Amino acid sequence: MAIQIIFNVLIAFMWMFLSETYDFVAFVKGLMIGAILLFFLRRFLPGKYYIVRVYKLIKLNFIFLRELIFSTFAIIALVYKPKMTMEPGIFKLPTELKSDWELSLLSNLISLTPGTLTVAVGDDNRTLYIHAMDLPDVEAQINDIKNTFEKAILEVTR
Amino acid sequence: MIEILISILLLLGTFFSISGSLGILRFPDVYTRLHAATKAATLGVACVLLGSFIYLFFDQGIISGKLLLGILFVLITAPISGHMISRAAYNSGVDLWERSEKDHLSKDLKKN
Repeated sequence: MAIQIIFNVLIAFMWMFLSETYDFVAFVKGLMIGAILLFFLRRFLPGKYYIVRVYKLIKLNFIFLRELIFSTFAIIALVYKPKMTMEPGIFKLPTELKSDWELSLLSNLISLTPGTLTVAVGDDNRTLYIHAMDLPDVEAQINDIKNTFEKAILEVTR
Repeated sequence: MIEILISILLLLGTFFSISGSLGILRFPDVYTRLHAATKAATLGVACVLLGSFIYLFFDQGIISGKLLLGILFVLITAPISGHMISRAAYNSGVDLWERSEKDHLSKDLKKN
């Protein structure tokens, strides 16, 4: 994984020297040529082809943007409601993620989407305690997070 | 045409910010208020910065990296402050709103 990125950057610099133009556009061109070369050489390099992960990362960003916009409108609808009828509460989210990096990414994404806020992380690093604005059904909420964010993060890191 | 897009972005940004402030006033307890304070405001600031980025790009021809970095840093820091405030509130014993349905955390804390 890391060695592939280093190769790609090296190829980009080589391309800059070969074409004798030293600007950002030439660097990006070199990166693209490097990505194509690495695609043909992927059998001889360790790990999965890393552009796949870049693609999944972009996909994660789009999932996040969609959730952000939808849930902001849900919160705003609650703000302008004449009577406070929501049922807030703290629920437990068991997670399959292992490393600290994945866990902090998940909890930050959960905190960033309106309607859910990470209050605490369990001692075993396997559970997140999440405060939700409107919590009629705990199971539905857990499945929602598992199917969107957790799945997308697992695709990026594994 | 592009002016309409910029105006929509700026107006949406201000609308989100105002709704966030109203939410801080209206919601019943610390945790629900944090939702309004840290989230709606995030999207509001992001919309305003994006609107000014598009304005600078099409009107002045400047690609302003600072504005994009501003959006990135707001997105990085907002969840951390929200998490830390709610954690500090919970650990110092601030109660949830009385109509709150579930509290799995208090049970797990008592076990230890």
